Amino acid sequence: MFTRVERNSALPAGGNVLHFEGSPVPFQPGDSVAAALLAAGASPFRESPVDDSLRAPYCMMGVCFECLVEIDGRQNQQSCLTTARPGMIVKRQHGARTLG
Amino acid sequence: MEAFDLIVVGGGLVGSALAWGAQTAGANVVLLDEGDQAHRAARGNFGLVWLQGKGVGTPAYMQWSLHAGRMWPEFAARLSNAVPFDIGWRQPGGLQFCLSEAELDKRRDVIARTQADGGDIDISILDRADLRDLLPGIGGDVVGASFSSLDGHVNPLYLLRALQQGLQDAGGRYRPGFRVERIDAERDGFKAVGRTGSVTGKRIALTAGLGAASLAQHVGLSMPVKPERGQIVVTERIKPFLPYATNCIRQTVEGTVLLGSSHEDRGFDDGTDVPTAATLCRTAARVFPALAEATVVRSWGSLRVMTPDGRPIYEESTRFPGAFAVTCHSGVTLASVHALEIGPSLAKGRLPEHLSSFTSGRFDVHQG
Repeated sequence: MFTRVERNSALPAGGNVLHFEGSPVPFQPGDSVAAALLAAGASPFRESPVDDSLRAPYCMMGVCFECLVEIDGRQNQQSCLTTARPGMIVKRQHGARTLG
Repeated sequence: MEAFDLIVVGGGLVGSALAWGAQTAGANVVLLDEGDQAHRAARGNFGLVWLQGKGVGTPAYMQWSLHAGRMWPEFAARLSNAVPFDIGWRQPGGLQFCLSEAELDKRRDVIARTQADGGDIDISILDRADLRDLLPGIGGDVVGASFSSLDGHVNPLYLLRALQQGLQDAGGRYRPGFRVERIDAERDGFKAVGRTGSVTGKRIALTAGLGAASLAQHVGLSMPVKPERGQIVVTERIKPFLPYATNCIRQTVEGTVLLGSSHEDRGFDDGTDVPTAATLCRTAARVFPALAEATVVRSWGSLRVMTPDGRPIYEESTRFPGAFAVTCHSGVTLASVHALEIGPSLAKGRLPEHLSSFTSGRFDVHQG
Protein backbone atom coordinates (compact mmCIF):
# COMPACT_ATOMS: atom_id res chain seq x y z
CA MET A 1 0.00 0.00 0.00
CA PHE A 2 2.81 2.44 0.91
CA THR A 3 5.95 3.00 -1.17
CA ARG A 4 9.01 5.02 -0.27
CA VAL A 5 9.30 8.43 -1.94
CA GLU A 6 13.11 8.48 -2.09
CA ARG A 7 14.48 8.05 -5.65
CA ASN A 8 16.73 5.28 -4.61
CA SER A 9 14.49 3.45 -2.31
CA ALA A 10 16.58 0.35 -2.19
CA LEU A 11 17.22 -0.44 1.43
CA PRO A 12 20.88 -0.50 2.39
CA ALA A 13 22.24 -3.91 2.96
CA GLY A 14 23.31 -4.71 6.44
CA GLY A 15 21.87 -4.93 9.87
CA ASN A 16 18.98 -2.44 9.70
CA VAL A 17 16.29 -4.98 10.42
CA LEU A 18 13.70 -5.19 13.18
CA HIS A 19 11.25 -7.98 13.80
CA PHE A 20 7.47 -7.62 13.65
CA GLU A 21 5.49 -10.60 14.86
CA GLY A 22 8.49 -12.78 14.09
CA SER A 23 9.09 -11.53 10.54
CA PRO A 24 12.09 -9.40 9.56
CA VAL A 25 11.31 -5.80 8.60
CA PRO A 26 14.13 -3.81 6.99
CA PHE A 27 14.29 -0.07 7.61
CA GLN A 28 16.35 2.96 6.64
CA PRO A 29 18.27 4.86 9.31
CA GLY A 30 15.96 7.47 10.80
CA ASP A 31 12.74 5.61 10.08
CA SER A 32 10.20 5.54 12.84
CA VAL A 33 8.99 2.07 13.73
CA ALA A 34 5.59 3.01 12.29
CA ALA A 35 7.14 4.12 8.96
CA ALA A 36 9.19 0.96 8.71
CA LEU A 37 6.16 -1.22 9.42
CA LEU A 38 3.95 0.64 6.95
CA ALA A 39 6.62 0.47 4.24
CA ALA A 40 6.77 -3.26 4.82
CA GLY A 41 2.98 -3.54 4.52
CA ALA A 42 2.51 -4.60 8.12
CA SER A 43 -1.05 -3.93 9.22
CA PRO A 44 -3.00 -3.90 11.48
CA PHE A 45 -0.82 -2.66 14.34
CA ARG A 46 -3.26 -3.28 17.16
CA GLU A 47 -6.78 -4.10 18.32
CA SER A 48 -8.84 -1.40 20.02
CA PRO A 49 -9.39 -2.00 23.74
CA VAL A 50 -12.90 -0.55 23.37
CA ASP A 51 -14.38 -2.63 20.54
CA ASP A 52 -11.59 -4.97 19.35
CA SER A 53 -11.55 -3.27 15.92
CA LEU A 54 -8.29 -3.42 13.98
CA ARG A 55 -6.20 -0.24 13.87
CA ALA A 56 -3.15 1.24 12.13
CA PRO A 57 -1.35 4.60 12.28
CA TYR A 58 -3.40 7.68 11.51
CA CYS A 59 -1.71 10.94 12.50
CA MET A 60 1.96 9.82 12.46
CA MET A 61 2.79 12.70 14.83
CA GLY A 62 2.09 11.38 18.31
CA VAL A 63 -1.43 12.60 18.82
CA CYS A 64 -3.91 9.86 17.95
CA PHE A 65 -2.43 6.80 19.68
CA GLU A 66 -3.63 4.57 16.83
CA CYS A 67 -0.11 3.22 16.17
CA LEU A 68 0.43 1.55 19.55
CA VAL A 69 2.56 -1.58 19.51
CA GLU A 70 4.64 -3.58 21.94
CA ILE A 71 8.36 -2.89 21.56
CA ASP A 72 10.96 -5.06 23.31
CA GLY A 73 8.37 -6.16 25.83
CA ARG A 74 7.00 -2.69 26.60
CA GLN A 75 3.33 -2.31 25.77
CA ASN A 76 1.44 0.71 24.40
CA GLN A 77 4.46 2.24 22.67
CA GLN A 78 3.76 4.95 20.10
CA SER A 79 5.52 3.50 17.07
CA CYS A 80 5.35 6.78 15.14
CA LEU A 81 7.47 8.47 17.83
CA THR A 82 9.96 5.64 18.24
CA THR A 83 13.04 5.52 16.02
CA ALA A 84 13.67 2.09 14.57
CA ARG A 85 16.76 0.30 15.84
CA PRO A 86 18.31 -2.97 14.64
CA GLY A 87 17.01 -6.03 16.40
CA MET A 88 13.89 -4.47 17.93
CA ILE A 89 11.23 -7.03 18.75
CA VAL A 90 7.89 -5.47 17.81
CA LYS A 91 4.50 -7.07 18.37
CA ARG A 92 0.89 -6.06 17.92
CA GLN A 93 -0.76 -4.37 20.90
CA HIS A 94 -3.74 -6.50 21.86
CA GLY A 95 -6.28 -4.24 23.61
CA ALA A 96 -5.27 -2.21 26.64
CA ARG A 97 -1.95 -2.78 28.36
CA THR A 98 -1.58 -4.71 31.56
CA LEU A 99 0.17 -3.33 34.62
CA GLY A 100 2.68 -5.19 36.74
CA MET B 1 -39.82 35.72 15.77
CA GLU B 2 -40.36 32.35 17.42
CA ALA B 3 -41.17 32.77 21.11
CA PHE B 4 -40.01 29.92 23.30
CA ASP B 5 -41.54 28.75 26.55
CA LEU B 6 -38.11 28.67 28.14
CA ILE B 7 -34.72 30.15 27.26
CA VAL B 8 -31.83 28.35 28.95
CA VAL B 9 -28.65 30.45 29.02
CA GLY B 10 -25.65 28.16 29.34
CA GLY B 11 -25.04 24.84 27.60
CA GLY B 12 -23.07 23.03 30.28
CA LEU B 13 -24.34 20.09 32.27
CA VAL B 14 -26.72 22.14 34.39
CA GLY B 15 -28.30 23.98 31.46
CA SER B 16 -28.39 20.96 29.17
CA ALA B 17 -30.03 18.76 31.84
CA LEU B 18 -32.57 21.46 32.58
CA ALA B 19 -33.31 22.08 28.90
CA TRP B 20 -33.73 18.38 28.09
CA GLY B 21 -35.95 17.89 31.13
CA ALA B 22 -38.16 20.86 30.28
CA GLN B 23 -38.42 19.98 26.59
CA THR B 24 -39.32 16.35 27.22
CA ALA B 25 -41.93 17.56 29.74
CA GLY B 26 -43.67 19.48 26.95
CA ALA B 27 -42.12 22.96 26.91
CA ASN B 28 -40.62 24.51 23.79
CA VAL B 29 -37.03 25.17 24.84
CA VAL B 30 -34.00 26.91 23.36
CA LEU B 31 -30.55 26.26 24.83
CA LEU B 32 -28.00 29.05 24.25
CA ASP B 33 -24.38 27.89 24.44
CA GLU B 34 -21.62 30.47 24.40
CA GLY B 35 -18.84 28.53 22.70
CA ASP B 36 -15.38 27.33 23.45
CA GLN B 37 -14.22 30.64 24.89
CA ALA B 38 -16.50 29.88 27.85
CA HIS B 39 -14.96 28.27 30.92
CA ARG B 40 -16.83 25.01 30.37
CA ALA B 41 -16.68 23.15 33.66
CA ALA B 42 -18.78 20.48 31.92
CA ARG B 43 -15.86 19.62 29.62
CA GLY B 44 -13.26 19.27 32.34
CA ASN B 45 -14.77 17.42 35.24
CA PHE B 46 -13.92 14.06 36.75
CA GLY B 47 -17.25 12.31 36.14
CA LEU B 48 -18.20 11.11 39.60
CA VAL B 49 -21.77 10.65 40.79
CA TRP B 50 -20.69 11.02 44.40
CA LEU B 51 -22.96 10.95 47.40
CA GLN B 52 -21.04 9.81 50.45
CA GLY B 53 -20.30 12.87 52.57
CA LYS B 54 -22.02 15.35 50.27
CA GLY B 55 -23.95 17.99 52.16
CA VAL B 56 -22.76 16.96 55.60
CA GLY B 57 -23.80 19.78 57.92
CA THR B 58 -26.49 21.00 55.53
CA PRO B 59 -29.39 18.54 55.72
CA ALA B 60 -31.39 20.11 52.87
CA TYR B 61 -28.43 19.83 50.49
CA MET B 62 -27.64 16.33 51.68
CA GLN B 63 -31.22 15.16 51.15
CA TRP B 64 -31.36 16.76 47.71
CA SER B 65 -28.07 15.13 46.71
CA LEU B 66 -29.12 11.71 48.01
CA HIS B 67 -32.36 12.08 46.11
CA ALA B 68 -30.30 12.86 42.99
CA GLY B 69 -28.28 9.69 43.58
CA ARG B 70 -31.42 7.58 43.85
CA MET B 71 -32.82 9.16 40.65
CA TRP B 72 -29.72 8.34 38.61
CA PRO B 73 -30.79 4.83 37.54
CA GLU B 74 -34.06 6.16 36.09
CA PHE B 75 -32.28 9.14 34.54
CA ALA B 76 -29.60 6.99 32.94
CA ALA B 77 -32.22 4.55 31.64
CA ARG B 78 -34.25 7.36 30.05
CA LEU B 79 -31.15 8.88 28.45
CA SER B 80 -30.01 5.48 27.20
CA ASN B 81 -33.34 5.07 25.46
CA ALA B 82 -33.03 8.53 23.95
CA VAL B 83 -29.57 8.27 22.36
CA PRO B 84 -27.76 5.49 20.48
CA PHE B 85 -24.57 5.51 22.55
CA ASP B 86 -23.45 4.47 26.02
CA ILE B 87 -22.99 7.42 28.41
CA GLY B 88 -20.77 5.19 30.51
CA TRP B 89 -22.86 5.38 33.67
CA ARG B 90 -21.96 2.66 36.16
CA GLN B 91 -22.97 2.36 39.80
CA PRO B 92 -20.46 -0.07 41.28
CA GLY B 93 -20.24 1.87 44.54
CA GLY B 94 -17.59 4.35 45.58
CA LEU B 95 -14.48 4.13 47.73
CA GLN B 96 -12.84 7.04 49.49
CA PHE B 97 -9.31 5.89 50.27
CA CYS B 98 -7.65 6.85 53.57
CA LEU B 99 -3.87 7.05 53.81
CA SER B 100 -3.78 7.51 57.59
CA GLU B 101 -5.77 6.59 60.68
CA ALA B 102 -6.66 10.28 61.03
CA GLU B 103 -8.26 10.25 57.57
CA LEU B 104 -10.16 7.11 58.48
CA ASP B 105 -11.41 8.77 61.66
CA LYS B 106 -12.65 11.68 59.57
CA ARG B 107 -14.67 9.26 57.45
CA ARG B 108 -16.14 7.73 60.61
CA ASP B 109 -17.13 11.24 61.62
CA VAL B 110 -18.77 11.81 58.21
CA ILE B 111 -20.79 8.62 58.70
CA ALA B 112 -21.89 9.69 62.20
CA ARG B 113 -22.89 13.17 61.03
CA THR B 114 -24.71 11.76 58.02
CA GLN B 115 -26.75 9.50 60.29
CA ALA B 116 -27.36 12.35 62.77
CA ASP B 117 -28.78 14.46 59.93
CA GLY B 118 -31.06 11.62 58.83
CA GLY B 119 -29.14 10.82 55.66
CA ASP B 120 -30.53 7.66 54.09
CA ILE B 121 -27.28 6.33 52.69
CA ASP B 122 -25.33 3.28 53.66
CA ILE B 123 -21.66 4.14 54.17
CA SER B 124 -19.36 1.57 55.69
CA ILE B 125 -15.74 1.57 56.80
CA LEU B 126 -13.45 -0.99 55.21
CA ASP B 127 -10.17 -1.85 56.88
CA ARG B 128 -7.05 -2.78 55.01
CA ALA B 129 -7.91 -6.48 54.87
CA ASP B 130 -11.42 -5.78 53.52
CA LEU B 131 -9.92 -3.51 50.92
CA ARG B 132 -7.30 -6.05 49.86
CA ASP B 133 -10.08 -8.57 49.24
CA LEU B 134 -11.82 -6.08 46.95
CA LEU B 135 -8.68 -4.74 45.29
CA PRO B 136 -5.63 -7.00 45.39
CA GLY B 137 -3.42 -4.26 43.94
CA ILE B 138 -4.08 -1.79 46.74
CA GLY B 139 -0.98 -0.16 48.22
CA GLY B 140 0.40 -0.74 51.69
CA ASP B 141 -0.05 2.95 52.56
CA VAL B 142 -3.82 2.67 52.34
CA VAL B 143 -5.14 1.99 55.84
CA GLY B 144 -8.78 1.72 54.80
CA ALA B 145 -11.63 3.34 52.97
CA SER B 146 -15.22 4.34 53.29
CA PHE B 147 -17.61 2.67 50.85
CA SER B 148 -21.09 3.54 49.64
CA SER B 149 -23.07 1.54 47.13
CA LEU B 150 -24.90 4.69 46.02
CA ASP B 151 -21.80 6.20 44.39
CA GLY B 152 -21.06 5.78 40.72
CA HIS B 153 -19.48 7.42 37.71
CA VAL B 154 -20.26 8.44 34.16
CA ASN B 155 -18.51 9.75 31.06
CA PRO B 156 -19.31 13.46 31.49
CA LEU B 157 -18.70 14.26 27.82
CA TYR B 158 -21.10 11.57 26.60
CA LEU B 159 -23.59 12.73 29.25
CA LEU B 160 -23.43 16.28 27.92
CA ARG B 161 -23.74 15.12 24.33
CA ALA B 162 -26.69 12.89 25.20
CA LEU B 163 -28.58 15.74 26.85
CA GLN B 164 -27.97 18.13 23.96
CA GLN B 165 -28.84 15.54 21.32
CA GLY B 166 -31.88 14.43 23.31
CA LEU B 167 -33.05 18.02 23.55
CA GLN B 168 -32.87 18.45 19.79
CA ASP B 169 -34.41 15.05 19.02
CA ALA B 170 -37.35 16.06 21.23
CA GLY B 171 -37.85 19.21 19.15
CA GLY B 172 -35.88 21.68 21.26
CA ARG B 173 -33.33 24.09 19.83
CA TYR B 174 -29.62 24.14 20.59
CA ARG B 175 -27.85 27.36 19.57
CA PRO B 176 -24.06 27.05 19.77
CA GLY B 177 -21.89 30.14 19.53
CA PHE B 178 -24.59 32.28 21.15
CA ARG B 179 -23.06 34.45 23.85
CA VAL B 180 -25.76 36.35 25.72
CA GLU B 181 -24.66 39.96 26.20
CA ARG B 182 -27.81 41.33 27.76
CA ILE B 183 -31.20 40.19 29.00
CA ASP B 184 -34.21 42.48 28.60
CA ALA B 185 -37.39 41.97 30.60
CA GLU B 186 -40.35 42.48 28.28
CA ARG B 187 -44.10 42.55 28.72
CA ASP B 188 -44.62 38.84 28.09
CA GLY B 189 -41.25 37.46 28.99
CA PHE B 190 -37.60 37.97 28.26
CA LYS B 191 -35.28 38.75 25.40
CA ALA B 192 -31.75 37.30 25.43
CA VAL B 193 -29.61 39.53 23.24
CA GLY B 194 -26.42 38.31 21.61
CA ARG B 195 -24.05 39.91 19.10
CA THR B 196 -25.73 38.32 16.10
CA GLY B 197 -29.34 38.24 17.15
CA SER B 198 -31.78 37.76 19.97
CA VAL B 199 -34.12 35.11 21.31
CA THR B 200 -37.40 35.70 23.11
CA GLY B 201 -39.17 33.46 25.56
CA LYS B 202 -41.75 33.46 28.31
CA ARG B 203 -39.24 32.37 30.90
CA ILE B 204 -35.49 32.31 31.22
CA ALA B 205 -33.09 30.19 33.27
CA LEU B 206 -29.53 31.31 33.92
CA THR B 207 -27.28 28.26 34.00
CA ALA B 208 -24.15 29.86 32.62
CA GLY B 209 -21.81 28.71 35.38
CA LEU B 210 -19.09 31.28 35.97
CA GLY B 211 -20.60 33.40 33.19
CA ALA B 212 -23.85 33.76 35.10
CA ALA B 213 -22.48 36.08 37.78
CA SER B 214 -22.60 39.13 35.52
CA LEU B 215 -25.81 38.17 33.69
CA ALA B 216 -27.87 37.61 36.85
CA GLN B 217 -28.16 41.29 37.69
CA HIS B 218 -29.98 41.95 34.39
CA VAL B 219 -33.01 40.15 35.81
CA GLY B 220 -32.73 40.98 39.50
CA LEU B 221 -30.90 37.80 40.51
CA SER B 222 -27.71 37.26 42.45
CA MET B 223 -25.30 34.48 41.50
CA PRO B 224 -22.06 35.14 43.40
CA VAL B 225 -20.03 32.29 41.93
CA LYS B 226 -16.25 32.07 41.88
CA PRO B 227 -13.82 29.70 40.16
CA GLU B 228 -11.90 26.95 41.92
CA ARG B 229 -9.36 25.17 39.79
CA GLY B 230 -9.08 21.41 39.64
CA GLN B 231 -6.40 19.59 37.67
CA ILE B 232 -6.77 16.07 36.33
CA VAL B 233 -4.07 13.74 34.98
CA VAL B 234 -4.93 10.94 32.54
CA THR B 235 -3.00 7.76 31.83
CA GLU B 236 -2.84 5.48 28.84
CA ARG B 237 -5.50 2.80 28.51
CA ILE B 238 -4.99 -0.05 30.92
CA LYS B 239 -6.82 -3.35 31.28
CA PRO B 240 -9.64 -2.96 33.85
CA PHE B 241 -8.22 -3.10 37.38
CA LEU B 242 -10.47 -0.70 39.31
CA PRO B 243 -14.14 -1.70 39.19
CA TYR B 244 -15.22 1.06 41.61
CA ALA B 245 -15.64 4.79 41.59
CA THR B 246 -13.17 6.37 44.00
CA ASN B 247 -12.47 9.84 45.33
CA CYS B 248 -9.12 10.21 43.55
CA ILE B 249 -8.77 7.58 40.80
CA ARG B 250 -11.34 6.69 38.16
CA GLN B 251 -10.89 4.12 35.43
CA THR B 252 -13.12 4.84 32.48
CA VAL B 253 -15.07 2.29 30.48
CA GLU B 254 -12.44 2.72 27.75
CA GLY B 255 -9.54 1.95 30.10
CA THR B 256 -7.88 5.32 30.71
CA VAL B 257 -7.29 6.20 34.35
CA LEU B 258 -8.15 9.68 35.62
CA LEU B 259 -6.16 10.95 38.58
CA GLY B 260 -7.75 13.85 40.36
CA SER B 261 -8.13 16.36 41.48
CA SER B 262 -6.68 19.48 42.99
CA HIS B 263 -8.47 22.36 44.69
CA GLU B 264 -6.73 25.62 43.84
CA ASP B 265 -7.53 29.30 44.04
CA ARG B 266 -6.00 30.58 40.80
CA GLY B 267 -8.69 32.96 39.63
CA PHE B 268 -9.72 32.33 36.05
CA ASP B 269 -6.43 30.61 35.13
CA ASP B 270 -7.43 27.12 33.97
CA GLY B 271 -3.88 25.99 33.23
CA THR B 272 -1.80 23.16 34.63
CA ASP B 273 1.44 22.92 36.56
CA VAL B 274 3.89 20.08 37.07
CA PRO B 275 4.02 20.13 40.92
CA THR B 276 0.25 19.65 41.13
CA ALA B 277 0.29 16.89 38.51
CA ALA B 278 3.15 15.23 40.39
CA THR B 279 1.16 15.33 43.64
CA LEU B 280 -1.80 13.67 41.94
CA CYS B 281 0.47 11.00 40.46
CA ARG B 282 2.23 10.36 43.78
CA THR B 283 -1.07 9.87 45.58
CA ALA B 284 -2.31 7.52 42.87
CA ALA B 285 0.90 5.48 43.06
CA ARG B 286 0.54 5.18 46.84
CA VAL B 287 -3.00 3.87 46.40
CA PHE B 288 -2.10 1.54 43.50
CA PRO B 289 1.68 1.05 43.29
CA ALA B 290 1.41 -0.58 39.85
CA LEU B 291 0.19 2.75 38.47
CA ALA B 292 3.73 4.10 38.88
CA GLU B 293 4.65 2.45 35.59
CA ALA B 294 1.64 3.80 33.70
CA THR B 295 2.32 6.48 31.09
CA VAL B 296 0.58 9.83 31.48
CA VAL B 297 -0.92 10.94 28.16
CA ARG B 298 -2.54 14.25 29.06
CA SER B 299 -3.63 16.56 31.84
CA TRP B 300 -5.81 19.61 32.10
CA GLY B 301 -7.12 22.23 34.45
CA SER B 302 -10.75 23.22 34.74
CA LEU B 303 -12.69 25.65 36.88
CA ARG B 304 -15.34 24.55 39.36
CA VAL B 305 -18.30 26.87 39.79
CA MET B 306 -18.37 27.64 43.51
CA THR B 307 -20.92 29.58 45.50
CA PRO B 308 -19.70 31.03 48.83
CA ASP B 309 -20.94 27.93 50.72
CA GLY B 310 -20.50 25.37 47.95
CA ARG B 311 -24.21 24.60 47.78
CA PRO B 312 -26.44 25.19 44.74
CA ILE B 313 -28.50 28.27 44.04
CA TYR B 314 -32.09 27.68 42.89
CA GLU B 315 -34.06 30.90 42.82
CA GLU B 316 -36.77 32.76 40.94
CA SER B 317 -36.35 36.51 40.60
CA THR B 318 -38.84 38.47 42.73
CA ARG B 319 -38.41 41.58 40.57
CA PHE B 320 -38.74 39.66 37.32
CA PRO B 321 -40.84 36.53 37.90
CA GLY B 322 -40.11 33.93 35.26
CA ALA B 323 -36.35 34.49 35.49
CA PHE B 324 -34.54 31.71 37.32
CA ALA B 325 -31.04 31.21 38.69
CA VAL B 326 -29.73 27.64 38.67
CA THR B 327 -26.12 26.91 39.50
CA CYS B 328 -24.05 24.37 41.40
CA HIS B 329 -20.64 22.73 41.30
CA SER B 330 -22.01 19.18 41.18
CA GLY B 331 -23.39 19.27 37.67
CA VAL B 332 -22.85 15.54 37.17
CA THR B 333 -24.26 14.23 40.45
CA LEU B 334 -27.25 16.57 40.34
CA ALA B 335 -27.91 16.09 36.60
CA SER B 336 -30.60 13.50 37.39
CA VAL B 337 -32.77 15.85 39.42
CA HIS B 338 -32.03 18.84 37.20
CA ALA B 339 -33.34 16.82 34.26
CA LEU B 340 -36.18 14.88 35.87
CA GLU B 341 -37.46 17.44 38.39
CA ILE B 342 -36.26 21.02 37.89
CA GLY B 343 -36.61 20.94 34.10
CA PRO B 344 -40.24 19.70 34.17
CA SER B 345 -41.00 22.12 37.00
CA LEU B 346 -39.64 25.06 35.00
CA ALA B 347 -41.74 23.84 32.06
CA LYS B 348 -44.70 24.67 34.30
CA GLY B 349 -43.15 27.99 35.25
CA ARG B 350 -41.87 27.45 38.75
CA LEU B 351 -39.18 25.87 40.86
CA PRO B 352 -40.03 22.96 43.16
CA GLU B 353 -41.16 24.46 46.48
CA HIS B 354 -38.97 22.21 48.60
CA LEU B 355 -35.90 23.96 47.20
CA SER B 356 -36.74 27.29 48.86
CA SER B 357 -33.72 27.09 51.16
CA PHE B 358 -31.38 27.34 48.16
CA THR B 359 -32.01 31.00 47.34
CA SER B 360 -29.11 33.45 47.30
CA GLY B 361 -30.54 35.43 50.23
CA ARG B 362 -28.49 33.15 52.48
CA PHE B 363 -25.38 35.06 51.40
CA ASP B 364 -26.75 38.46 52.44
CA VAL B 365 -25.07 40.13 55.36
CA HIS B 366 -27.46 40.19 58.29
CA GLN B 367 -27.20 43.31 60.39
CA GLY B 368 -27.28 42.43 64.05
